Amino acid sequence: MAKLIYDAMFDDLDMAHKLDRPACQDTGVIQYFVQVGSKFPMIDEIESCLVEAVKKATIESPLRHNCVEIFDEKNTGNNVGTRIPWIDWEVVPNNDEVKIYMYMAGGGCSLPGTAKVLMPLEGYDGAVKFIFDQITSYGINACPPLLVGIGIAGSVEVAAKLSKKALLRPIGTQNPNARGAELEKMIEKGLNDIEIGPGGLTGKNSVMGVNIEQAGRHPATIAVGLSTGCWAHRRALIKFDSSLEYEVISHKGVTL
Amino acid sequence: MSTKTLTTPIKNEDLEDLTIGDVIFLDGYLITSRDDVHHRHIHQGKDLPVDLAGKAIFHAGPIMQEKKDQPGKYEVISIGPTTSMRMEKLQKEFLEATGVKLVVGKGGMGPKTAEGCMAYKAVHTVFPGGCAVLAASRVEEVESVEWLDLGMPEAMWVMRVKQFGPLIVSIDTKGNNLFEKNKAMFNEKKEKVVAEIIKHVDYLD
Repeated sequence: MAKLIYDAMFDDLDMAHKLDRPACQDTGVIQYFVQVGSKFPMIDEIESCLVEAVKKATIESPLRHNCVEIFDEKNTGNNVGTRIPWIDWEVVPNNDEVKIYMYMAGGGCSLPGTAKVLMPLEGYDGAVKFIFDQITSYGINACPPLLVGIGIAGSVEVAAKLSKKALLRPIGTQNPNARGAELEKMIEKGLNDIEIGPGGLTGKNSVMGVNIEQAGRHPATIAVGLSTGCWAHRRALIKFDSSLEYEVISHKGVTL
Repeated sequence: MSTKTLTTPIKNEDLEDLTIGDVIFLDGYLITSRDDVHHRHIHQGKDLPVDLAGKAIFHAGPIMQEKKDQPGKYEVISIGPTTSMRMEKLQKEFLEATGVKLVVGKGGMGPKTAEGCMAYKAVHTVFPGGCAVLAASRVEEVESVEWLDLGMPEAMWVMRVKQFGPLIVSIDTKGNNLFEKNKAMFNEKKEKVVAEIIKHVDYLD
């Protein structure tokens, strides 16, 4: 069964490449994570450029229309809407470059997303159980093998946001804390031992990797957040210097 | 494991010998129907613009592109399955109301859908998730679109397909449920795995 699914995945990637089409129809809600130097000369133009880029890509790629306005329940038809594309800003002092991470947040792999504040006596045990329970229920429908992003912090929004930032880290990189790196490895091995397989149809592996990001916690809380990326995990990173010379860091050799 | 092709209109007897884990293919009519279509028809009681009796529905929201030289006609760019579990709440009622015989989606569905598949003689199958260009290559023609006011992903796209698959039977007409079976296995392994990890995560000095 696993072979049947993996064969379909590779056939799909091959056809998508040849026909220049999105490999998965769910091209997601577009999210940007911007790390901008305080001295980057075009800082005022970034937001309007990103919104314009989404409108353009929606027609040219083409992308699926994925922005439904809350309360109105209408699809905007161009992937732009209230606070969408989502832009997360980080300002880097005394720097004149900008790094822009782009993530296509698909519905299927966003569904397992969750975060919870635990009491410290539930501790890391509670966090580990929380992750495993979610992956073996919601995770199996989210197009495994998955990339698992975990945030550990003191409050729910910090843990949730860090879990998404964890997904932006390349597969194979490690948490800078030795215990964090070890926990990443343990959870990865543990999930693979469950043998969820491609598409949840059983097989040797369950995940492509596990990335953890952390922030200091309150003495009275330990919050855990989870975001998952599907096998067709689509992220990109581009860097511009102050003269707008660019480098696509995530995709070597790609030019605009 | 058998491999066979179902052709619409599908009759009850075509489904009788199918068992979870079988791989099948579809020829004929496949119509996308997901969250909003289920909601409008079952919850809001609006009549469906397409007769689905004996046909197949696809839990999918495609990327479609209007043909430049033929306004109102569309080409399918990319059309993989979406998470079927989202339709669990209304799938049984939908099967009863429409006479749909084959549901194509991604991942498992729950006990209520399994009841519906038994009672109204239908099967749930999964197409490999994310394989959207592969799926598009099996679409012969997008005949029409209904309820386009719901937006591109939620509209009902009426397609004629040829050898659409592989489709893995996940719920059969006997009510067997492949993903529920797998889940029980995953949960059993999970207990052991978690017990081992938590031995190593007491970080307090």
